[in-house]
Amino acid sequence: MTIEAPRDERALRVVGKSLPRVEAAAKVTGSIAYADDIVLPGMLFCKLLRSRHPYARVLSIDTRAARAVPGVVAVLTGHDLPVNYGIMPTCEDEHALEHEKVRFVGDPVAAVAAVDEETAQAGCRAISVEYEPLEAVESIEQALVPPDDEPLHDYAGPANVHRLAALEFGDVDAGFARAAHVREDIFFFEGNTHLPMEQHSATAQVAGDKVTLWSSTQDPHYVHRALAKVLGLPMGKLRVVAAPHGGGFGGKCDPFSHEIVVCKVAMMTGRPVKCTLTREEVFYTHRGRHPVLMWVRTGVDADGRILAMHFRSALDGGAYGSYGPASTLYTGALQTTTYAIPAYRFEGARVFTNKAPCGPKRGHGTPQPRFALEVHLDKLAADVGLDPVELRRRNFVKPFSRTVNWLRITSCGLEEVTNRVLEASGYARRERRRGHGMGFAVSSYMCGAGLPIYWNKMPHSECVVNVGRGGVTLYCGATDIGQGSDSVLATVAAEELGLWPGDIRLVTGDTGLTPVDLGSYSSRVTFMAGNAAREAAAKMRALLVGVVADEEGCAPQEVEVRDGKVGRMTFEEAATLAEEHLGVLSAHGTYTPPEGIGGRYKGAGVGPSPAYSYSAATVDLDADPGSGEIRVNKVWLAHDIGRSINEMAARGQVEGGVYMGLGEALMEAQAYRDGLHRQPSMLDYKSLTFLEMPEVETILVETHDPEGPYGAKEVGQGPLLPVIPAVVSAVHDALGVWIDEVPVTPDKIVRALDARAKGKEARYGPKRFPDIPYPDLVKVVPPDAATAAL
Amino acid sequence: MEVPDGRELLRLSVNREDRLLLVRSHATLLEVLREDLGLTGTKHGCELGECGACTVLVDGTPQLSCLLLPAQVEGTAVTTIEGLARGSELHPVQQAFVAQGGLQCGYCTPGMVLAAKALLDENPAPSRDEIKEALAGNLCRCTGYAGIIEAVEEAGRMLS
Amino acid sequence: MLRLPPFRFLRPGSVDEAADLLAEHGDRAMVVAGGTDLVPKMKRGQMEPEVLVGLGHLTELRAVHATDGGGVEIGAGVTLTAASSDRRVGADHPAYTRAAALVSSPALRNVGTIGGNLCVDTRCNYYDMSVEWREACGFCMKKDGDICRVAPASKHCRAIASSDTAPAAIALGGTVVLVGPGGHRREVSVSDLYQDDGQFYLAKAPDEIVECLRLPPPGAWRSSYVKVRRRGAIDFPLAGAAVALAMAGPVVEGCRIVLTAVGSRPFDVSAAGEALVGRELTGRELTGEDGLLADVAAEAAKVAKPLDNADLHYVWRKQMTRRAVVQAIVEAAGHSPALAALA
Repeated sequence: MTIEAPRDERALRVVGKSLPRVEAAAKVTGSIAYADDIVLPGMLFCKLLRSRHPYARVLSIDTRAARAVPGVVAVLTGHDLPVNYGIMPTCEDEHALEHEKVRFVGDPVAAVAAVDEETAQAGCRAISVEYEPLEAVESIEQALVPPDDEPLHDYAGPANVHRLAALEFGDVDAGFARAAHVREDIFFFEGNTHLPMEQHSATAQVAGDKVTLWSSTQDPHYVHRALAKVLGLPMGKLRVVAAPHGGGFGGKCDPFSHEIVVCKVAMMTGRPVKCTLTREEVFYTHRGRHPVLMWVRTGVDADGRILAMHFRSALDGGAYGSYGPASTLYTGALQTTTYAIPAYRFEGARVFTNKAPCGPKRGHGTPQPRFALEVHLDKLAADVGLDPVELRRRNFVKPFSRTVNWLRITSCGLEEVTNRVLEASGYARRERRRGHGMGFAVSSYMCGAGLPIYWNKMPHSECVVNVGRGGVTLYCGATDIGQGSDSVLATVAAEELGLWPGDIRLVTGDTGLTPVDLGSYSSRVTFMAGNAAREAAAKMRALLVGVVADEEGCAPQEVEVRDGKVGRMTFEEAATLAEEHLGVLSAHGTYTPPEGIGGRYKGAGVGPSPAYSYSAATVDLDADPGSGEIRVNKVWLAHDIGRSINEMAARGQVEGGVYMGLGEALMEAQAYRDGLHRQPSMLDYKSLTFLEMPEVETILVETHDPEGPYGAKEVGQGPLLPVIPAVVSAVHDALGVWIDEVPVTPDKIVRALDARAKGKEARYGPKRFPDIPYPDLVKVVPPDAATAAL
Repeated sequence: MEVPDGRELLRLSVNREDRLLLVRSHATLLEVLREDLGLTGTKHGCELGECGACTVLVDGTPQLSCLLLPAQVEGTAVTTIEGLARGSELHPVQQAFVAQGGLQCGYCTPGMVLAAKALLDENPAPSRDEIKEALAGNLCRCTGYAGIIEAVEEAGRMLS
Repeated sequence: MLRLPPFRFLRPGSVDEAADLLAEHGDRAMVVAGGTDLVPKMKRGQMEPEVLVGLGHLTELRAVHATDGGGVEIGAGVTLTAASSDRRVGADHPAYTRAAALVSSPALRNVGTIGGNLCVDTRCNYYDMSVEWREACGFCMKKDGDICRVAPASKHCRAIASSDTAPAAIALGGTVVLVGPGGHRREVSVSDLYQDDGQFYLAKAPDEIVECLRLPPPGAWRSSYVKVRRRGAIDFPLAGAAVALAMAGPVVEGCRIVLTAVGSRPFDVSAAGEALVGRELTGRELTGEDGLLADVAAEAAKVAKPLDNADLHYVWRKQMTRRAVVQAIVEAAGHSPALAALA
């Protein structure tokens, strides 16, 4: 079968419209069932017993008293689940229940299933665990020192270092030697967490020899793999369903203890089992933004053109590997997708500490270096007497080019997002009064990771479109986590089939019913699943058109598919006719990122993407010079989205990204004191309320990416990125002090103002970057000029 | 019949239906709604009164169901998200949340919609500041609140 | 889901009966009205009453009425929403209604009562945690332990007085009526309701119940309350000042200043305000040019000794206490907050 050439995309009827999301009515009536809303007959309830020690050896676990609690049905310890796992094949360092060592306060050691949650909790309290405390590692600095006891993991080292990376592209030393000006800065980005409104929940059920898990997960595919490994079951016996999702932001991307435990208990007891975490447990489950200490040196020529950059990062990874190797490389990968850096050196390190494990959060590994890089460039611009916007413009990457670290750039709206946001905000003619400031920054993000998390050659996304009895059903493994991916898939299918999104029935995020999609992470769904859905729906359209053309005695290209009609027939008539002629009407589409979008060096797997989105932000704020309190007045955010599939949903993603960026810039922090989380509640972990959230002016810029579905690119993560440095820049504009540590809280501002008043540096931030035993540089030959200009 | 220890009889109206329930004396209204009545539209985000996800209307005013003891809701009329639509017709506040993009993951939505309804019942044309003040205890992590504010304004226009 | 432990719930027929029940059950019992402070604390094991004596159903506690001398009496069971929106109270005692309106969030104020906020538990980020967290940390003397975690050398608990309405009520010269067993009633100043001990922060007997708050007629007193916190809702005060000024035209005839969130009780630091008595509050004083208000605020904040047991840096919290005092004075004098920002 041949697929007709892409239609004239100016004639799009559904794509690009502003439409309500397909599941909205179910959400406003409360009828949609999130994971914790699932109730099955005979269901047991499970609670996890968690470590009270940051770091300790588990000497013994006595569960006899727990088993004696009336109503307790099953008690599990690590001996019941001895197989290790982890999201990345290089660091499968987790156990569903730890039976040898606990590595943070909150590490699960046992599980109790009972007739109700209260009894399960009572069972947990009846378990006695004998620990031998070990000296906890609480900071990056401490993790670099060989421990008195033993490192957190056998594979750590030197000391408690988890992962080191050292890459050089081009001759950095020569670049610095030629530079007219070189500047160094140190920054710190405190960790923070996703704080989804929904607490994680998982329910398992066994029927015969098959196990089904419903979970608030973003990645049912990866959970499926981990379950098969830990439970020792063939993949085919397991089904993982992503339940309607109450917020992810990256926090539900790892396979988790509670997911594994409920499956195991269901297998042991034959009864359905649910485990729902408390809010405090969600803080311990974490996998959020890494605290990152950063050092950056940049050399520019007399015109402000970057000649060389050297970027160092040190990530406080917490207790387990999680996505750590990727997180580490992401702190160095995307500096080059906004600025043409001819020579670039990156040295990164991730260490283990006795805190809740960090992982991916919206922007995975890139908001921290983006904050550092943009603020560093502001300072560099001041050094050389250039306007900070102009310095950036002189270094912007060009569309359809190749970066020094071999990333392929295609569509690139960097100039346009910059122009649009500056124009809309009046940045250049901003009001000058005490305490008022504006800041500007740009950023870029991936439209899906170019490589899967574990090596395999399957497509990254697959879709099936079935038509039967007049209706259309689209099957895809993609998971709507609130970002609107179901609506995107329905819109794409509707566009191709001449229907409305509400006409498409969706089956998504179900490893038993849908073909594979890797999951909702790295902003990949619109681009990858969108392309797969478009291919599947276009094939289905061709099937229907072929049958209708035969029936109506015309050429297929004369058959119009629009407004619920195929040619002169209604969609339902055409579908019935096609089924009569062809039998089962099923079409599929797949998406695999193209070859050659990244390099071939070790570490090249992180950063490549089939396309990059671009964002620019200006932030207008007032900062009180007496109290350091900040009032953000307005944020302008221009985003190169390629093309918006659903404008309302796209704007919502921008507004949500700005919100989360402001939260991270101003108040969100997952910090520790003596090995204990300081803010494990929604009162103490500060997130913006209605009253702190300013107006956001969203500007969508469409660059029509050649490979995105209808030209679309991502919008879920990118818009967060420029907000954080733009806030820092605006605070400097307002008060003349640099806050080189995120979040920018009023007490830090006052300390910087006090320092300036005492004649010290007008700055608050880290003063030194530790000595890290980075390995020898892997020297990568950059693309030659011919390759670089695509 | 004698009420056993630790339990009590609770009479209240939920979504205009009178209920007589035997509940645990220490079950909050949140638990009674979700677990005894199966009304899982009421969400929980913290169970400590810090996030607003469990907001329901008690005699028309927004209250946090995670903090309410059975004795406090005896004889009251409770409205949950399931009780807002009339049949298949969405309440104007619900319609506006759908039409204006006032939700994403939807988990804060039931509490948000109910708090908004209570505001509009008292003040059908609230200013932006009044909307923000009225909803300030309801956290949302997805929308950046913009779509919600627009939805409440739109619902106000529909209602007046 | 976090759940409550079991307890017995009693419904007394009157406040007098409630006090009798408290006496009968001793330290196993607590009263509950709105429950917005107690319920979360019971869920986290910070309070473990076996018996709850309910007050919420007592209509006698829910009235606001004028007193003979021109003051106002607010029943302890009046919700914070009702108190903050009472026009008469608002006109006479703006510091009080403003403080009530700044407590937590709207849904919580719809249930939380004014008596509850006067008696709200002291707070500390070593204490306001789950039982599991506190066990991991080591318990503190306020609950289950024997030392103060934030100040290990301290002989008493250093949890922070966190009521918004208490400093306002004190600055306004308020009193509370306490009902004890046997219907015994006594009226004490609000200030005398507290003592500087985070664990035993209420100076009343355990079986006494706050029946109502009385605020005297305002006379020449004008008032304001300024709350410092991170967010415009939900958060407890990190610092706060209530100020009442007796004004004769532009001249200050009396000044009361009360601080919250700087120690284990609200601190009446009116002595610091004596420097204002006899002074005009017009131009230079308000803009801070002559340093008068800054001096008053510095003197007032001397008592503030914040520790690392709340949000943000404790030095900043002390600095903000001074600012809150200045701002509250300016506002009470009837001037715009913008002026205070310049001070």
